[in-house]
Amino acid sequence: MSLSKHALTLSVNGSPTEVRAGLHDTLLTVLRDQLQCTAAKRGCNQGVCGACTILVDDRPARACLSLAVNSEGADIRTLEGLNDQPDMRLLQQAFAKAGAFQCGFCTPGMLVSAQALLRGKPAPDAQDVRKALSGNLCRCTGYTRIVSAVLDAAAMIRKEPVAP
Amino acid sequence: MISAQNPPASPDTGAERMPPGAVGASVPQLDGDEKLTGQAQFIADLYRPGMLHGAILQSPHAHARIRGYNLRAALALPGVRGIVTGDDLDARHRMGAFIKDEPALAKGKVRYSGEIVAAVAADSESIARQAARLIEVDYDVLPAALDPAKALEPGAPLVHDDAASYVSVFDSGTQGNVCSRTSLVEGDAASAWAQCDVIVQDTYQTQAQAHLSIEPCGALAEIDASGRVTLWSANQSVFRVQANVCESLGLSMTRLRCLTPRIGAGFGNKMEAHVQPAVVLLALKTRKPVKLILSREEDFETVRARHPVTIRMKTGARRDGTLVARETELLLDGGAYGDDSPGVLGYALLMNCGPYNIPHVSAHGRVAYTHKMRFGAFRGFGVPQVTFASEQQIDAIARQLDIDPMAMRRLNIKRDGDRWFGGQGIFSNGLADCLDVVERESGWKAARAARLQPAGDPAPEFRRGMGLAVSAHISGLLATGAIVRMLEDGTVLLSTGAVDIGQGSNTALTQICAQALQVPVDRVAIASPDTDGSPYNWGTTASRITYMTGRSVVAAAAEVEKQLRKHAGAMLECAEDDLELRAGGNIGIKGVPGGGVSFAQISGYAHWAAGGPIIGSNSWVFDQKTVDPKRAVALGLPFGKIGIFSFSAQVIEVEVDTLTGKVRVPRAWTACDIGRAINPTLAIGQVEGALVQGMGFALTEEMVWDGARLANPSLMDYKIPTFAEMPDEQHTFLVESDEPTGPFGAKSVGEIGINTVAAAIGNGIVDAIGTRLHKLPFTSERVLAAMMPQEQA
Repeated sequence: MSLSKHALTLSVNGSPTEVRAGLHDTLLTVLRDQLQCTAAKRGCNQGVCGACTILVDDRPARACLSLAVNSEGADIRTLEGLNDQPDMRLLQQAFAKAGAFQCGFCTPGMLVSAQALLRGKPAPDAQDVRKALSGNLCRCTGYTRIVSAVLDAAAMIRKEPVAP
Repeated sequence: MISAQNPPASPDTGAERMPPGAVGASVPQLDGDEKLTGQAQFIADLYRPGMLHGAILQSPHAHARIRGYNLRAALALPGVRGIVTGDDLDARHRMGAFIKDEPALAKGKVRYSGEIVAAVAADSESIARQAARLIEVDYDVLPAALDPAKALEPGAPLVHDDAASYVSVFDSGTQGNVCSRTSLVEGDAASAWAQCDVIVQDTYQTQAQAHLSIEPCGALAEIDASGRVTLWSANQSVFRVQANVCESLGLSMTRLRCLTPRIGAGFGNKMEAHVQPAVVLLALKTRKPVKLILSREEDFETVRARHPVTIRMKTGARRDGTLVARETELLLDGGAYGDDSPGVLGYALLMNCGPYNIPHVSAHGRVAYTHKMRFGAFRGFGVPQVTFASEQQIDAIARQLDIDPMAMRRLNIKRDGDRWFGGQGIFSNGLADCLDVVERESGWKAARAARLQPAGDPAPEFRRGMGLAVSAHISGLLATGAIVRMLEDGTVLLSTGAVDIGQGSNTALTQICAQALQVPVDRVAIASPDTDGSPYNWGTTASRITYMTGRSVVAAAAEVEKQLRKHAGAMLECAEDDLELRAGGNIGIKGVPGGGVSFAQISGYAHWAAGGPIIGSNSWVFDQKTVDPKRAVALGLPFGKIGIFSFSAQVIEVEVDTLTGKVRVPRAWTACDIGRAINPTLAIGQVEGALVQGMGFALTEEMVWDGARLANPSLMDYKIPTFAEMPDEQHTFLVESDEPTGPFGAKSVGEIGINTVAAAIGNGIVDAIGTRLHKLPFTSERVLAAMMPQEQA
């Protein structure tokens, strides 16, 4: 196993950021351990639970399945970098009001996936939400409230159109 | 009645609208801002200066004597700072909630495949993991006992060489591979069978279920110059962490302070120890902070899981449906260490009849030690298993007698004045209302009349059915406390030591405190649990925080009110009896509107002029006896005083694909009598989450062993429900009986929602395809096999 590290410049939440990563280091490891971007969570480290979901070039991606050395040149956004966006704020409000989170461990990944869904499909129905979020696991809520929160947020966002 | 569709009068966020109505309002979780922005810090998100990273080495054998360790290659790896093994432990130091049988990590022997044998601290996690693989352990492999029934046969390999010598906190009967045995008997079942017109008798098998909180377990220990350790960990009780680490390492409790980060859910898995003792040992050895987070696979293999239970059950009734007798015999696979197993067994037996009056009951059980990972507390604590058997038997009797299953329940359920199995009183009981609600809301009668041809008219290979099940659960157990302090400016600090594991207890307890002092919730802060500063709290388990700790909060707040009145009397120069507590934080003179003194004025007076800081506190231990010796005979019951009772009724609609055997849950209706709902949205969230977790238990989740080794320790191979499997509709109703002993009438909601799910689905499958299954989970293969005619199956 190569332990040598490579100097990389990653674009994280809009800023070019210097990191050092080995060939095997995932984007999740670099984001969490070097940049302390801990909103992305490690739940399974094999791309199943979705707790590490981030945006790479505006598309949801599993940070635990992405290698840091392959991520140069990409626009990488974690929940920390999406918090100020108006549609994310409405999603967060809807989650709070509906009780769409309990422990909150899956929530950052859930919100990133939901925002990506609503940007591509502003008026989804319940089945669309269930399909788009089916790669995000939650063990607390039973999912019902997450679906209603995303539908509520979609309605609010449609009422106050926001520039992405 | 409260439901998601029919919210209570003060909905949603109205905290500011509602002094004093904090109780009963759906205040959003108070830590929502940090959880929704990604700022909440869970154990893996904590970093300390100079921190090392830990990794574990696991046993490849189910049973082996450890002859020795060779650490040279591992210690030679650059960046390795320390390694701990069983050689660092004193054999006299063992932990255990009921039986002191478990070392901090394997000592002398390994007892299951995956057990922690050594732990490494290094400059990075990857170095630590690499070093762990370089540790050589010399094993003398021994035969293993993997099956609980065989483990109890004469001559089976012993999991513990001298189990009978272990310290036990109750009469556990521990010897050989018997970890514990318990029995509870009322009436005379053996001679009552003659009075029965119908008897059903079967054996049921439940599987190991993984808790699967999305956050894996981990811990971070830091040591100060004097050698005192501060420990953060994924936990359900900082006090149980302290007790387990100190017992297993032989430390005085003064040498260990336990704190909690946010918890990425706990369903029982984080109540007792996981890696905390090993991580503290690493910190003591390296004199550095050490963080160790388990991988998902390690978490599956080393933490704990729901007990597989073999249930032999026999139930008899008269022709009119009246239940007469029940015999239950349980065999729990306990795994290698006792953990919470004796408690699960005792509680499962206490609850084996469900909420029914059955005059003659004989209930016995054993926990077997096996060479498997420990099994322990998991939401429901044995009740989902016994309910799976019991509610299917009640349903089977109703079918044999051609009685509506709903009527069968009404005929036999506990009513006002009835006592629980064993003799304890029941102070509030809304079960009959729960039945009415689910019958009405699910359209039970019409569906039964029509034999439920489905609404959406799916293709004929899809058959739908409806299943009913009821259950009860306790809230209670053991010690708890609360300290309410008035800060100098008249706001309030609440300290309870209760860990919020995500269910929202910080919010509910804050609401209770705010209601008791009649101030808005934003005038109350809640302190994070800390063994240095919080009053003792046994733990976030046994559905106990709202009821037990809430009751302490009310009493501590009453103590504060008493002191406020005393000061206000001096300040206003009038008798305390003439004063009243007013909404918004004021004490005034009865009959004189306005005026009075604010909490800020009173607290300033107390801090600077007379009396000193205002502090109210309360401590209590649950105090109602479980067994009335005039009524029941108990042997080896691990708890003399257990709790008060909540109730539930549930109807689940199932759809069986008769070509593939796949079972789906289109709709579910659940009604729970939880006493007063402190926060309806959070309470309903508990029931909804428990339903879906119960669907996993019923339909897909099963830990499978290939010989001694867990074959599916990953989320790829172990399937929990996703958005795809959630019900299309789930309707939850809160029936609010008033619990006279509870805070503002409240009792519990954390666990009850999972108890009925597998049984209701099982009964629904019978309604859909006419076949009853006795083994969980109801996988496609098992359902399909059950549908085949006997000769083909």
